Amino acid sequence: MSAQDIILSSGTSKLAPAAQVRKKLSKVAKLFDATKCNGCKACQVSCSEWNDLRAPIGEFTGSYQNPADLSSECWTLMKFNEVTDEKDKLRWQFTHTACMHCDDPACLTACSTKDAIVKHANGIVDFDSDKCIGCGYCVTACPFDVPKLDTVDQKAYKCTMCSDRLQVGQEPSCVKSCTTGALKFGTREDMLFIADLRIKQLHEKGFTKAGLYNPQGVGGTGMMMILHDIDDPQSYGLPADPKTSLPIKLWQDVVKPLGAAGIMATVAVACLHRITVGRNLVEEDEPAAFDHSHPSKSDKE
Amino acid sequence: MTNHWIDIKNSNVVVIMGGNAAEAHPVGFGWVTEAMEHNNAKLVVVDPRYNRSAALSDCYAPLRSGTDIAFLLGLSRYLIDTKQVNYDYVKAYTNASYIVREDFEFNEGLFSGFDEKSRTYDKETWYYDLDENGYAKVDESFEHPRCVWNLLKQHVERYDFETVSNITGTPVEDYEKVCALIGSTHTHDKAATFMYALGWTHHTKGAQNIRSMAMVQLLLGNIGVLGGGVNALRGHSNVQGATDMGLLCQALPGYLKLPNDKDTDLQTYLEHYTPKALRPGQTNYWSNYPKFFISQMKSFWGDNATAANSFGYDWLPKWDKQYDFTKHIDMMYHGEVNGYFIQGVNAINSMPNRNKTLAAFSKLKFMVVMDPLATETSVFWQKDGEFNDVDPSQIQTQVFRLPTTLFAEEEGCIVNSGRWMQWHWKGANAPGESKPDAEILSGILMKLRALYKEEGGVLPEPIQAANWGYHDPYFPHGSEVAKELNGIDLKTGKQLDSFSQLKDDGSTACGCWIYSGSWTEEGNLMARRDNSDPSGKGITPGWAFSWPSNRRVLYNRASCDVNGKPWDPKRTILEWKHDKWHGIDQGDFNMKLTPQESAHPFIMQQEGVGRFFALKHLAEGPFPEHYEPMESPIGTNPLHPKVVSNPAVRMLDGVAETLGSHKEFPYVCTTYCMTEHFNFWTKHCRLAAISMPETFVELDEVLAAAKGINNGDWVTISSKRGELKTKALVTKRLQPLKVHGQLVHTVGLPRHGGHNALTRKSTSCNILTTEVGDANTQVPEFKAFLVNVTKAEAI
Repeated sequence: MSAQDIILSSGTSKLAPAAQVRKKLSKVAKLFDATKCNGCKACQVSCSEWNDLRAPIGEFTGSYQNPADLSSECWTLMKFNEVTDEKDKLRWQFTHTACMHCDDPACLTACSTKDAIVKHANGIVDFDSDKCIGCGYCVTACPFDVPKLDTVDQKAYKCTMCSDRLQVGQEPSCVKSCTTGALKFGTREDMLFIADLRIKQLHEKGFTKAGLYNPQGVGGTGMMMILHDIDDPQSYGLPADPKTSLPIKLWQDVVKPLGAAGIMATVAVACLHRITVGRNLVEEDEPAAFDHSHPSKSDKE
Repeated sequence: MTNHWIDIKNSNVVVIMGGNAAEAHPVGFGWVTEAMEHNNAKLVVVDPRYNRSAALSDCYAPLRSGTDIAFLLGLSRYLIDTKQVNYDYVKAYTNASYIVREDFEFNEGLFSGFDEKSRTYDKETWYYDLDENGYAKVDESFEHPRCVWNLLKQHVERYDFETVSNITGTPVEDYEKVCALIGSTHTHDKAATFMYALGWTHHTKGAQNIRSMAMVQLLLGNIGVLGGGVNALRGHSNVQGATDMGLLCQALPGYLKLPNDKDTDLQTYLEHYTPKALRPGQTNYWSNYPKFFISQMKSFWGDNATAANSFGYDWLPKWDKQYDFTKHIDMMYHGEVNGYFIQGVNAINSMPNRNKTLAAFSKLKFMVVMDPLATETSVFWQKDGEFNDVDPSQIQTQVFRLPTTLFAEEEGCIVNSGRWMQWHWKGANAPGESKPDAEILSGILMKLRALYKEEGGVLPEPIQAANWGYHDPYFPHGSEVAKELNGIDLKTGKQLDSFSQLKDDGSTACGCWIYSGSWTEEGNLMARRDNSDPSGKGITPGWAFSWPSNRRVLYNRASCDVNGKPWDPKRTILEWKHDKWHGIDQGDFNMKLTPQESAHPFIMQQEGVGRFFALKHLAEGPFPEHYEPMESPIGTNPLHPKVVSNPAVRMLDGVAETLGSHKEFPYVCTTYCMTEHFNFWTKHCRLAAISMPETFVELDEVLAAAKGINNGDWVTISSKRGELKTKALVTKRLQPLKVHGQLVHTVGLPRHGGHNALTRKSTSCNILTTEVGDANTQVPEFKAFLVNVTKAEAI
């Protein structure tokens, strides 16, 4: 991956898109199979090792889930949920929690700083902390509650899908360290194919509600998840129907293009005026008339 | 493991009981998910806690800790009653048809020959009825009332579903499901594997727990086949190697015996441990005992071992009683030990009944700790708030700390659970003054030799005679030791190819016979890294070296019938074709023999078959029997109230008084490891601590509600031996179980805390545990003891 692979960039609008010539690159995806995960946290620890992250050593908070939440120093977190299923059977659900790499990333849409958030041709959504101004728009915009502001440098951080590893042909470190094969990595097409086979197998095994979490409200995700019960993503700590929120969409799709259009229209009118009307010459005896029309303002001055 | 990690992928039913593979062996557990996804295997988990293994199971059944034998004998009964038995296998390859002596009995919880005073059995009657040639009598029709099959049926008859459920607390519905799933593997084309670990050994009847499972596997015909077996999962790196190398108080390398004081000379000793065949035509492989032993003596003493001096036999120590660590600490406690060398264990944390261990260590004159880390043991004398509440001014023990290298800082061989001897190379230089253990110990030996030479002393011979012809006697290299363990032909000076070349006349030397073949004239076979798997069955003969003889599946002769035809053509390991044996693995028998001549797969046994009836080999009986833990939450044994717990356990003086009653301490406590931590090492490790920062105790919701304890509250856990404070994790994953008319609550306590942690300090769980151990191995009952729980103020 290189800067040339960027196909979508924050702080710009559709009227001034990034280069699209490399868009033909295959999209990649991480596939997390919750029905195969043993909650060992190898992914969580290897993420910290590869990315040099060290969250503070916390305290016991009544759960195996540590730290309690993602942070600028914790980009991958195993979440633990005790769930009683429809047959009244206990299920201990483990969720690999990290950036979903949405096809339609709300964080990028919300970000007003040019190029601070980019989407690459392979579908990875990446943050550039050099450009980040710490406004936190991405934090509030993300429907999965993934990006977090660092308390020291006030910049937003999240999983990069190990874009530095991908660049040299390696899989993300979490996938590399997975002990049970619950995490897989490849082209999005291949992952969809594998997920399809696996879900069929799960249906045969009696997990009749098993399905793929690849929410279309955000255009599909670069991390897809096979869940025991696709009807209840909330029980894994996932939103049922994640979407980019309306104000953010309006901002990106309506206000920003309108703004650009407005600026261009202003320029166009100015030019037209200059050509057709010419310079606007001011008569020297006019000010008296102006004063009459704005008496109060004049009084004040 | 009789099989190995990769072979789990060949299983149809994976049973995790007495262990928690997903949690404690997450990498190896990958083969379970492999079997589930690609072999359509079912995962059965039986455990007091709904743990991380259970989270992925097809079938989970809870049981009360310490009742595994009842569970498994009930399973045996079910298999026999429902005829889900692999009869071909049982008839050909087990001792089911063997006839037992008339005077053997089992009555009200006791086998014949019990002496109440000494708490031991006279095992005379625990034997076969022999004919005039000394061979066991058999009745292949199974009709003889004294044949093992009928005695077994009679023995397990009592364990019906209701009785089992009443003891174990496992709901009958769950129990039936588990039985049916495991029973489904009695056919030739299915196999179940059992994965277990310390959840079975940490009991006062640990060995019998494992035997009960092995009996189930024999009934199902699941031993010696792909995807089957009896599979112990090893925790510490190289703990398999430690056992192989005889790091037990009554063992020598290669599972040979350390002589006792009744073995007064070599002849007596060899006669004692060299078994005679109990059936005609047996391989009876231990008949080679003298070859293994004399070769070992030649390896120990070199040229100093001659026929004239009984090959140095007299220089070996002879034990008068079992000097395991519990006994040793008891001796320290009573002022009978002055000095203590501690290597490879963090004793103050790992040993049971920490308060006693503390008192014992405080009476030592000196202690030497060889360890890569500053263990709690080496600072046992240091006051550390509530975590280590001692008065240093009252402790005069002088502690010497000798820092050692870690495994990655030296070259050598590590033996994994599947018996693979895998050579590894040094990855980094060791920090500071640390030295490899071999260098430290050699230095001490050299110093002792010099002192004996200069000053004389008692029994200098073994020190002077030890064969220490290494290039640098102060630092033997791993490769030199490995070659020694493999063995050498002393006439030609060449490395041996196999233990079959060993002799008992002093012409061969071999440090550990089972390792023979690992470093031959071809070179270091342990260093091989060819992972090709030509059969696709997970057998990789070119990867490292699997003892014995690079064999990947033990007892694999049992994968074929008497005529050498595989029971299941899809699981062929070996096959007799065109008057020859062919196969994907080394045969576990003499492959020059015909199928009929070799039709006794359990070649290490005198009768060549698997034993339902274990003869005199175990302390508490030839059949397993349910005994309550030493501290029973119901205070009785529903099967035989007069014999509540294991009658054959060793009770050291004063220990009975340290056992609590269920009236004072009503809850069953069990201790265990977590994925996030490795024993007592990783509490120093930042990343491990981030992912699991503190110790805690797991409580069920019913108990927590009754005690007014909320998730995250501080609680005090107390046993008759001590107490600790920690935080509560209130969870649905623990459920109270209905046992013998009462609700039994289980309390779960992870074992990773310590007072010298670089991250967060805590009190070691072993402040609560009891030292009473398994009657055979003396491994303490860490998994089932009684406690009380109360709400507490924060530390």
